[in-house]
Amino acid sequence: MEEFLTRLIPNVMKDLNILGKSIVETLQMTAWAGIISFVLGMIFGTALVVTRPGGIMQNRVIYQILDKIINILRSIPFIILLFCLLPLTRLISGTAIGVRGAIVPLVFGTTPFFSRQIEAALSGVDEGLIEAAQSMGNSSWEIVFRIYWRESIAAIARGTSITLINLVGLTAMAGAVGAGGLGNFAYIYGQQRNHMDDIYVTVVILVVLVMLIQLIGNLIVKHNTH
Amino acid sequence: MIELKHLCRDFGEGKLTIHAVNDVSLTIESGDIFGVIGFSGAGKSTLVRCINLLERPDSGTVLIDGVEMTALKPAELREARKKIGMIFQHFNLMPSRTVAENIAYPLKGSGLSRQERDEKVRELLKLVELEEKEKAYPSQLSGGQKQRVAIARALANEPKVLLCDEATSALDPQTTRQILKLLKALNEKLGITIVLITHEMAVVKEICSHVAVMDHGSVVEQGDVYSIFANPKMQITQNFIRTTSNLHKMEELIAEGARIAELQPGELIIRLSYIERNVAEAVISQISRRYNVDVNILFANVEILQGSQLGGTVAIISGDRADVTKAIEYFIEKNVEVEVLKDGRVSDPADT
Repeated sequence: MEEFLTRLIPNVMKDLNILGKSIVETLQMTAWAGIISFVLGMIFGTALVVTRPGGIMQNRVIYQILDKIINILRSIPFIILLFCLLPLTRLISGTAIGVRGAIVPLVFGTTPFFSRQIEAALSGVDEGLIEAAQSMGNSSWEIVFRIYWRESIAAIARGTSITLINLVGLTAMAGAVGAGGLGNFAYIYGQQRNHMDDIYVTVVILVVLVMLIQLIGNLIVKHNTH
Repeated sequence: MIELKHLCRDFGEGKLTIHAVNDVSLTIESGDIFGVIGFSGAGKSTLVRCINLLERPDSGTVLIDGVEMTALKPAELREARKKIGMIFQHFNLMPSRTVAENIAYPLKGSGLSRQERDEKVRELLKLVELEEKEKAYPSQLSGGQKQRVAIARALANEPKVLLCDEATSALDPQTTRQILKLLKALNEKLGITIVLITHEMAVVKEICSHVAVMDHGSVVEQGDVYSIFANPKMQITQNFIRTTSNLHKMEELIAEGARIAELQPGELIIRLSYIERNVAEAVISQISRRYNVDVNILFANVEILQGSQLGGTVAIISGDRADVTKAIEYFIEKNVEVEVLKDGRVSDPADT
């Protein structure tokens, strides 16, 4: 078997250790940036829904500010955002390279999109449920936790899988500018040395990763749809 | 007792302002089933939402058992709302929760233990006759079953008042009757005050004891259901009542020149309406005997409303003109309203 693989993907078999390390780095970047931007996305997405005109905590100022910041951040291509954020990244993480250096720009690149996904998910909650909860004496916070979040678990899971898959793509881009991970591997070991097998294997691994994320997302959706 | 005093609620600004509720004052006695009827856009949904302050009135006061709702602090208002149940046209059940979880929803934070809560949910399920659906999800229920769950949920905190916002408008006639029967039973069993808004006069007729008619944000007519049905003063009320009876089809038939409306000389088409509670005598057979006239009933619509006869008869009356006149006078004497819809002796220009 090993012989067969060595013949099929000789360079990958030589760089196996580095490939393993790259996979771990990609998973680390995805996980950390994913968790942080999920939390931030939930906060901002919820804030957008409750403060928008007609929302349960209507607040024009907060809504307008959030809405504009998200639009501005979303309009900057990630590769440019990476460079823009270099000083801030050094300030927060102490370094601008490696996994630690990648997390700040990844969070900045993902949170605005995540917030919009959460906003869309929560907007799908029937207004009638909000009214019913109010008629039962719920406070606005209770409505956020018990109606908005609880009743849109499936939609949130759907938005989260889309966002995480996007994030995997962003980690590869960050990798190309020195963050490590599979993007870095495919670029340095594959493209620069013209080892096409390194690139192909990277692609296969990324496809598997994306499929896994989608699978888990679909399971959560299925479990929460009645 | 619910007292609404000079409630106003506007939507929009400037020239586009809509007076959804315009200076409405109503008193709803405890234990009453009070209907608010109006066409869509009449402001009845806004009015009912002013009772639990889902809509805050621009001016006016809402008093429930002497407590001024409009003056409560937010936390006090939320506590007060727990004692005012509400059900909706589209049920508004939480789709990700089971029937039992939906009913238990308002019990969170009520201080009941888990066991007490389960017990309460079972009790409520029994009350609305849905014991076997405890673990079902709302999507697995029919419309009538969903509304029953919504009623159980609304009753969880043992409210004194139940607000029904077009609660039967999304249901078929048979299910509507079942839900209305349930509401009536709850009213009798629990003594709960029910405020019910609807655009169907049949709903009011079925269970309400009092009714207010709304048009363009104002209450144009109100009173006990029998008086309103027997003697509607406003055009809009009359229109609503016509939807529940066929006694006004005769005018259409006459206008269309239907065969049933063709009269021999000496015949009259009359409509008799029972407008007093005491009409129980056999007035029609009495006049045929006393005055030697023939009465041919074309159609009749008589029913019992709040224990009294309501409705009327459309008939062709024929005989000697003097006798017919006396017969009509007799009806009037007996408090039966008489309208002559067509007179066979007055020559019809179309015939000549």
